[in-house]
Amino acid sequence: MTRGTVNAPRQSETPEEARTTSGAKATVRLEHVTKVFDDASAVDDLNLDVMEGEFFSLLGPSGCGKTTTLRMIAGLEDPSSGRIMLGGRDVTYMAPYHRDVNTVFQSYALFPHLDVYENIAFGLRRKKVDKAEVRRRVGRILEIVDLPDFERRRVNQLSGGQQQRIALARALVNEPTLLLLDEPMSALDAKLRHQMQIELKSIQSRVGITFLYVTHDQEEAMTMSDRLVVMRHGKIEGIGTPRDVYDNPTTEFVAKFLGASNLLAGVVAGRHDDVTTVTLDDGASLSVPTSRLPAGVTSTTVKVGVRPEKISIASSEKTSTPSRNTLRGRVRVSTFTGVGNQYLVEMPSGADITVYAQNIGEELAPRSGDEVLLSWPVEHTFAVRPTADLVEAEESEL
Amino acid sequence: MSETPIADGTTQRPERPERLSRRPRRLGRYVLPTYSWLVIAYLVFPIAVMVAYSFNRVTFGLQLVSFAWNGFTLQWYRQWSNVPGLTSAFWLTVRLALVSTIISTILGTLLAIALVRYRRRKFRGKGTIEQILFLNIAAPEIVIGASLLGLFVTFNLARGFLTLVLAHVAFSIAYVTVTVRARLAGFDRSLEEAAYDLGANPLSTFRRVTLPLIMPGVLAGALMALALSIDDFVTSNFVSGSSVPFPVWVYGASRVGTPPQVFVFGTVIFMVGIAFALLSLGISRKKS
Ligand SMILES: Nc1ncnc2c1ncn2[C@@H]1O[C@H](COP(=O)(O)OP(=O)(O)O)[C@@H](O)[C@H]1O
Ligand SMILES: [Mg+2]
Repeated sequence: MTRGTVNAPRQSETPEEARTTSGAKATVRLEHVTKVFDDASAVDDLNLDVMEGEFFSLLGPSGCGKTTTLRMIAGLEDPSSGRIMLGGRDVTYMAPYHRDVNTVFQSYALFPHLDVYENIAFGLRRKKVDKAEVRRRVGRILEIVDLPDFERRRVNQLSGGQQQRIALARALVNEPTLLLLDEPMSALDAKLRHQMQIELKSIQSRVGITFLYVTHDQEEAMTMSDRLVVMRHGKIEGIGTPRDVYDNPTTEFVAKFLGASNLLAGVVAGRHDDVTTVTLDDGASLSVPTSRLPAGVTSTTVKVGVRPEKISIASSEKTSTPSRNTLRGRVRVSTFTGVGNQYLVEMPSGADITVYAQNIGEELAPRSGDEVLLSWPVEHTFAVRPTADLVEAEESEL
Repeated sequence: MSETPIADGTTQRPERPERLSRRPRRLGRYVLPTYSWLVIAYLVFPIAVMVAYSFNRVTFGLQLVSFAWNGFTLQWYRQWSNVPGLTSAFWLTVRLALVSTIISTILGTLLAIALVRYRRRKFRGKGTIEQILFLNIAAPEIVIGASLLGLFVTFNLARGFLTLVLAHVAFSIAYVTVTVRARLAGFDRSLEEAAYDLGANPLSTFRRVTLPLIMPGVLAGALMALALSIDDFVTSNFVSGSSVPFPVWVYGASRVGTPPQVFVFGTVIFMVGIAFALLSLGISRKKS
C-alpha cells in the first residue's frame, strides 16, 4: 500500500494530457532497466521505446528475460535498477494496481470462481464504473472478441481459444494505455494460433491500443509486429521492423533466430564507400554493401550472410555478373517440398549452403552431385558480428 | 492345436482370460461395500442408541435415564428446558463454540496464508512455527489442559467464559491452519497478480479473489473448530471454573444420574452437525 503513493496519481490524468505535458510520444520507455535474481541478471540494462499505437514484440528464446521485462512494466516485479516511464510518467516503483496497464497472462489467469461477465467486469468494478456503463462495455468487448452470449458461462467450461479471448477481453475492456501480452498463443494448437494471430492484429488496429507482445516464435513476431526486438540473455540483440531485422540482422544470433540463414566466416579485405569485400576462409571473395556491415565492428572477422530464398541456383557454366555474388559448389542433397526445392550445396571448404528455390514449373532442377553456381544480388548480402558464445543447446533451439 | 480351425480358435481363446478376470471382480463388488457398511454401522450405532433413548419413557421415580426400553415418548423434547443447569450449560457451549470458531478461523487462516506465501528466506522461524503447530495437534489434551490451568492461576485470570474461549481458540487454530493450508497449496498466485493488474489493491484482492477461492478450506477448518469446541471436555474441565459447558455438565451429572434431556441435546447437536457437514459438502462440490 505504501509503495508508489507519492507519484501515484490515479487514472485522473488521461494519456493525452500526459503526452502534451511531457512532449513524448513513447507509450512506454525503459531506461537502463536491470533485474537481478540471485546474482544472475534476467534483464540487463535494457533501453527501449515503444511508440503510441504500436504493435511491438519482444522476441527471444525461453529464459532470455521477456516475462521479467513485462512483469516490471506491469509492476509485478521491481527493477533492480533503471527507470520505467509510462506515458511520460515515472512508474518504476508504482504499485501494479495504480498503473494504466493491463496484462494477458500466459496462463490466462481467469478467475475460476467468477463467470465470464464478472471476469471481464472485474477491472471496471475496481474503478467504480457505474453499472450501466459496465454492462455496455462488457457487451461491446464480447462482440469484439467474437464471444457474445458467453456472459454467464463459467470460465472452466471454455475451450483454450475461448479462454484466451476472454483473457484478452478482460484486459482490453479497461482501455489501458498499454496492453501487455505474455505468449498468449502458446497454449493453442497451430491452426487456432494462426487464426488468432490475424484476429489479434485486427483487434489491435481497431482499438488503437499500444500492444507489447512477448513470444519465442519468430514467425509469430514477424507476422504481427510493427517493430520488434530480439532479446538474448536479458539484452537487446536487434531492433527494428520485422523486415529490417530479418533482412539486415546485426548479429549472428539474430540472423539465426529469425529464420534460416547461411553464414560464412571471413575477413574484411577492402572497404569502400558503397561496397566492402570480404575474403572467405576458402579463398572466395564476396561483396557486402558497406551500409550493411554491423556498426562499430572493430575486428576484421565477420560472418557474411545470405537468406536461402535470395539465392538462385544454376548450372555451373553460366557466367557471373558483377552486381551479384557468386559461389561454386556441388549439390549434396536435393529435397522436393511441394512449394519448391530445398538444396544443400557443399562448398569447396566443406561448409553447406542452404538454398530455397520456388517451384515455378522449371523442369531442369539440379540433382544431387551436380556442380552448380550460386548467385545472389550484392544488396541481399549482409555481414554480422560472430556471436562467440552461441552454445549448442541454443543452436538447436533456433 | 495347429489342426483347430481358425474360427474355433478365435472364439475360444479370448474366453479364457475373460473368465479369469470376472471371478475376482464379482467378489470384489460385494466385499468392499459390505465391509464399508459394517464400519459405518459400528460408527453410527452409539449415536442411534442416544437418539433412541431421547424418546424413551421413564416409568417411575426420578426423571433420570433408564436403560430399559419403556416405550416411545416425546416428553423430553417437550420438557427440554426443564433441567436448569443443563440448559444454561448448553447455551454456554453454543456461545463458546461460535466465538472460539470465529476467532480461531480468522487467526488460523491468516497463519496458513503467511506460511504458504512467504519462503523461508523472508519468514524467519517459519520452520519453528510449523513444528509448534504439529506439537499442538499431537500433544495430549490433558497436558495442555493442566498447563493452561497453571497459566491462568499464575496470571490470576478468573476462570470463566474468557479462559474457556482462550483455551478453545488455542487448540483449534492448528486444525484450521492445516486445513486452509492444504487448500492454499494448489493456489495459483497469478490469479492475485491478475487482480492487481486489473486495479484491485491488496485488500480488495484478498476479498474478491483469494478468500472466495480458499473458502471451502476455510469453511472446513471452521467446521472442525466448531466440532472440537462443542464436545471438548478435558481442557474445558480444567479451565471452566463456575461457567460449566455442556460436556462438563453431562460428565458431572452422569455420576448421579443422567436426565433424558441430555440425549435430547445430544440428538439436536448431532442433527445440526449433519446439516453443517452437508452444507460444506455442497459448497465444496459447487466450487470445484
Ligand atoms: N522469480 C525468479 N527468481 C529467480 N530467477 C528468476 C525468477 N523469474 C525469472 N527468473 C530467471 O530469469 C531468467 C529470465 O526469465 P524469464 O523472464 O521468465 O524468461 P522468458 O520469459 O524470456 O522465458 C531465467 O533465467 C529465469 O530462470
Ligand atoms: Mg516467459
